[in-house]
Amino acid sequence: MIPPRPTILAATEWLSARARWHPLEFVFWIVAFAAIWLMPERHLILTEIAWLALFALSLDLILGYAGIISLGHAAFFGFGGYIAALLAKYEIVNEPVLALLIAGVGAMALGFVTSFLVLRGSDLTRLMVTLGVALLLRELANRYGWLTGGADGLQGAIIQPLFGTFRFDMFGHTGYAYSVTVLFILFLIARRLVNSPFGLSLMSVKGNPLRSSAIGISVDARLVAIYTIAAGYAGIAGALLAQTTAFASLEMFSFDRSADLLLVLIIGGAGYLYGGMIGAIIFKVMQDYLSALTPQYWPFWIGLVLVVIVLVGRDRITTWTTPFRRLAARLDWRAARRAAAASNEGQKP
Amino acid sequence: MTVVLETINLAKRFTGIIATNDVSLRIEKGARHALIGPNGAGKTTLINLLTGVMKPSGGRILLDGEDISDVPTHKRVRLGIVRTFQINQLFGDLTPLETIGLAVSERRGQGLDWWRIVGSRPDLVSESVGILERFHLTDVIEERTAVLPYGKQRLLEIAVAIACRPRVLLLDEPAAGVPEDERHEILSAVAALPDDVTVLLIEHDMDIVFSFADRISVLVNGALFVEGTPEEVARDARVKAVYLGEEPVDA
Ligand SMILES: Nc1ncnc2c1ncn2[C@@H]1O[C@H](COP(=O)(O)OP(=O)(O)OP(=O)(O)O)[C@@H](O)[C@H]1O
Ligand SMILES: [Mg+2]
Repeated sequence: MIPPRPTILAATEWLSARARWHPLEFVFWIVAFAAIWLMPERHLILTEIAWLALFALSLDLILGYAGIISLGHAAFFGFGGYIAALLAKYEIVNEPVLALLIAGVGAMALGFVTSFLVLRGSDLTRLMVTLGVALLLRELANRYGWLTGGADGLQGAIIQPLFGTFRFDMFGHTGYAYSVTVLFILFLIARRLVNSPFGLSLMSVKGNPLRSSAIGISVDARLVAIYTIAAGYAGIAGALLAQTTAFASLEMFSFDRSADLLLVLIIGGAGYLYGGMIGAIIFKVMQDYLSALTPQYWPFWIGLVLVVIVLVGRDRITTWTTPFRRLAARLDWRAARRAAAASNEGQKP
Repeated sequence: MTVVLETINLAKRFTGIIATNDVSLRIEKGARHALIGPNGAGKTTLINLLTGVMKPSGGRILLDGEDISDVPTHKRVRLGIVRTFQINQLFGDLTPLETIGLAVSERRGQGLDWWRIVGSRPDLVSESVGILERFHLTDVIEERTAVLPYGKQRLLEIAVAIACRPRVLLLDEPAAGVPEDERHEILSAVAALPDDVTVLLIEHDMDIVFSFADRISVLVNGALFVEGTPEEVARDARVKAVYLGEEPVDA
């Protein structure tokens, strides 16, 4: 066998390096799971952070990777939430995990159908269309009050124990362990996906649809695919909220929720998967802290953050994380070792 | 000779202007066909029609005798009609390696692979690297395309197209805007294209056209004006008058 040329080795190394785990990622997830045991008194807010992180991860998939901006992502969140709540309330599916999956599949179906509305048009049209879809769903949920509980929300759902064993308690202990596990599994899948050829093709479609189709990519099909997947993620996030609170309300579809989500992702930075999670932590902690400090001014602070972001500019916001990422790269001792190894490899006769 | 790509009475009208006027063009298998014409003659528009980027206002396009007028762009690429762009259309945030790898994986129908990590197919990587070597891009394969020197970007334009394994390659002014001292790199890449690939070249530089082409079509105001061998076109008085003007042409 002919040994592969150094360039090929280096190329393979470089390509697969992107997908390799960074030490900080291990730290992140160890902390997230350790909180199950180490921060029991904070499980309620941690649960909220977990589903918000998942929701933001969903938006990141379409915005950060495929360039589809949405102001109505709550449509899928609410849809999944109501599915989970209804399944529990009418005792159709008693196993929460199964109900969660059904909520995800339901939201995917909705995502698939509505994806065709976001294929064409500018960012602005997409904002309006997604916003419209969410408003429409909210109105439908309001109209069919006999099923959804209307403006009062869907009350009286009883969530059965996880796997028939772990009861959802009022302190959120089960809820957090459950949510963070779901988040982790879906994160792993998303991580795999964005580092695959499919993920690369999404970035190409985002970067230049004209060229993408000129290399044989069906731009529409890719956008439909990722929109559908992301909708499923959002639906599961909503279902997590519904299950951990045994409640679903019209507010789940609200414009505020979609707008806050966009803010969360902007805070954390789009396009590297962790942005949504970091944004969710910052957002929830800030909300918790500020609303305790000045309850009536909380919306003002959020508004201020938005104004600052608009003033500073979208581009600079997405790059404000770069120094941290560069620092993170320097902290990655394995990368340095690999680089050294690769250059040795290249010098061998 | 067999005709690979053919247009029949192809037309494209924009508001107030006929960009393609009743063009019936036949491109033979393996040809080195040049398409020339003054600025705004409709050359790029013709390529947009051939590749499906624009819908014709009338007429038909045949590939191997089959009507492909309604086939979407990405499927035409699968059928072997591949183009480059007069104005760079690249993925600024991706590297040349990723760009070529993507094109290769799409060509192989592996673009929907979502569970496999990029770079985990050795044969795909080595094919991509092979293409990058051919186009002298190995020293920049890990650099963001947006920061590459313009000449390298022009090379990448052609390399991406080659990664799609074209049967018919449509080159829209591949050397446009490239500084004089870097042109030869592009031109030798064009000259080195495999014989079995049919090439349609749009180019303003007559030296390049006449050294490259075995057939030339002249487009003026959207319509085919003259067509023939380089000798015939060079001799044609109307071409000299209308298009070549005072430019000296040695056949
Ligand atoms: N999308 C469009 N909408 C309206 N008019 C257009 C469009 N694209 C091209 N045109 C017009 O059609 C005519 C042909 O343009 P085209 O780009 O095909 O010319 P060209 O031969 O490629 O010129 P050049 O040598 O400058 O590249 C021009 O008058 C141009 O303004
Ligand atoms: Mg042109």
